Amino acid sequence: MNYLLNKDNKRAFIVTTVFIFISVIVVLLSLNTGTLKISPLKIIQTFLGQGDFESSTVLFDYRMPRILITMLAGIGLGISGAILQGLSRNHLADPGILGLHAGAAFGLIIFVTYFHSMDKNIALFIPLFTFGGGALTALLIVLLAYDRYKGLLPIRLILVGIAISAGFSAITLFFSLRLNEETYSFASRWLVGNIWGRDWINVMALLPWILILAPFTWIKSKTLNALSLGDDIASGLGVSVEKNRILLLAAAVGLSCASVAMAGGIGFIGLVAPHLARRLVGTMYQHFLPLSGLIGLIILVLSDTIGRSIFQPNAIPAGIVVAAIGTPYFLYLLAKTK
Amino acid sequence: MLNCFSSRILKMNARNYLMIALFSSIILGVLLCMVLAVTFGAKQLTFHTVWSAIFDYNPTVTQQQIIHELRFPRVIGAAVIGAAFAVSGALMQGITRNPLADAGILGINGGAMLVVALCFAFFPSIPYSLLMVFSFVGALISTLLIFLISSAAPGGLTPIKLTISGAVVAAFLHSLSTGVAIYFNLSQDLAFWYAGGVAGIKWAHLKVLLPIILATIILGIFLGRSVSLLSLGEDTAANLGVKTNRVRLVGIIAAVILAGVSVSAVGSIGFVGLVIPHISRKLVGGNYQLIIPMSALLGAILLILADLGARIVDPPRELAIGIMTALVGVPFFLYIARKVGRGL
Repeated sequence: MNYLLNKDNKRAFIVTTVFIFISVIVVLLSLNTGTLKISPLKIIQTFLGQGDFESSTVLFDYRMPRILITMLAGIGLGISGAILQGLSRNHLADPGILGLHAGAAFGLIIFVTYFHSMDKNIALFIPLFTFGGGALTALLIVLLAYDRYKGLLPIRLILVGIAISAGFSAITLFFSLRLNEETYSFASRWLVGNIWGRDWINVMALLPWILILAPFTWIKSKTLNALSLGDDIASGLGVSVEKNRILLLAAAVGLSCASVAMAGGIGFIGLVAPHLARRLVGTMYQHFLPLSGLIGLIILVLSDTIGRSIFQPNAIPAGIVVAAIGTPYFLYLLAKTK
Repeated sequence: MLNCFSSRILKMNARNYLMIALFSSIILGVLLCMVLAVTFGAKQLTFHTVWSAIFDYNPTVTQQQIIHELRFPRVIGAAVIGAAFAVSGALMQGITRNPLADAGILGINGGAMLVVALCFAFFPSIPYSLLMVFSFVGALISTLLIFLISSAAPGGLTPIKLTISGAVVAAFLHSLSTGVAIYFNLSQDLAFWYAGGVAGIKWAHLKVLLPIILATIILGIFLGRSVSLLSLGEDTAANLGVKTNRVRLVGIIAAVILAGVSVSAVGSIGFVGLVIPHISRKLVGGNYQLIIPMSALLGAILLILADLGARIVDPPRELAIGIMTALVGVPFFLYIARKVGRGL
């Protein structure tokens, strides 16, 4: 047993290291892409403080904030999906499919309707609003999918999620049609997953959420392992089921809704990343949770780069690129489930 | 013996009379709703004006012009398209034996929307009749896709799988059409389409729409007998002499025509095809020969009222009609999903 665990640990360590390298390469590639090409060597030089004025302006004022947001959002979505899949014991769970993003969109629209501007320091409050919307949706979905005798039914969870997200989308549509043209086009781009945060203040708005919640869930990995085995086994192992479930659900909602606040309604990362991670390093949360975040990061940064570079002159939102990869994968998983 | 027989005839007659009474009252309801919808709106008109616009039309009077050129096509359009969506839902629910089937939920509307978006991007000046054909083709492709995917699963074509894969394909197609809209700078034109609305319907559209939809609905009614048997189960139907594959094919194509054609005119309006067939089934029982015409009538009523509601909540602005139908549809979907989920 001990030997096996050690072997698993080693494997997880190696795979995670490899993926850290891959993500560094992807990020460098993405920093390089844009109207103004900057070679990787020059990027490293600039980071070391030896770049010329032009490339340091482009890097630090324009590309860095955007890429940091993309990275953080990818991590947040990947981890959030992993938590949700464990909590619901449903391999098809994803914050987008469950309707959390529709709730977050509702929160965002409320914010835009009442504050009118998204500039400067006020951007710090956006994640709070999307979190509020997401939490409301999560509450509704859990209440409606709860069966008095059987607990949370996995498939019903998804059906209820579909319905709730249709409902929230209708309300969001109602508000967004009342906005002026400029805000409307912002909202419609946001809804399909456009990484709009471009300033350091947006990074600051997202950073604390990921920095606090991601380590928190990693500490809780043992609890997640127990919970994903079933309520009875978990409570047999000495986990207080209800308390931990609510805490972890809140963490998942916080991670995904804060990410979505800055990166738009991007679905499927929370579905695909944990699956790939589980295939690579096994089902122990302490192993696959960090990897899931890394894979989320890689997928989102790559999608954003593809959307920006291939489809010129009008960049395609990253969410559409992700959906183009994620939908077939979801359907494949759905076809496999009995 | 004779006595027993005649009492049965009496009973059947009683049921027939009941049905006739039910249908005529619903038809009256449709007419009443139409008159209401023509009368009320951003500009209030009197019944008298409406009356004279119908029977004594005078093109020089502005109010009569409003009625003739704007309100009539709009209200008739709402009725026809409501009927189309409802019948399409009824056919699909009967054929797939899936109580959650609806052209919006299953992603059929999504395929039509994507093709409409592509048409806007590449052939902005396409005539309406051609757009309709393209929209139908889009709906057909997405239907094929969804059925193929969910029948590839080991458990077969279960209602829940069909619904989930439909919803995901719908979301995907929607994000693709948004992508097309953003890439070709069409957001403004398509926003109207997404919201779904009967405001843009003109007489020219109706001339094409009306015959196609009515003919398809009549085809659906003729299919009704076989669909009712099919809804009992495939083996039962086959034993009773129904050519199941042929009926299924024709029925699904009819449903797709109805959905695709409607989407080309008003965009995606969800939930009509989900809610109405259930209500009709409660009213007339499990016979699709009755369910289909009843769905058509009730669908017409629902969409006329939804459009009327969208117009008068906050005049002169108009709410999107899709919001009104979602308000009714979402709780209903949850209720049905709970019932279906109980079988798990």
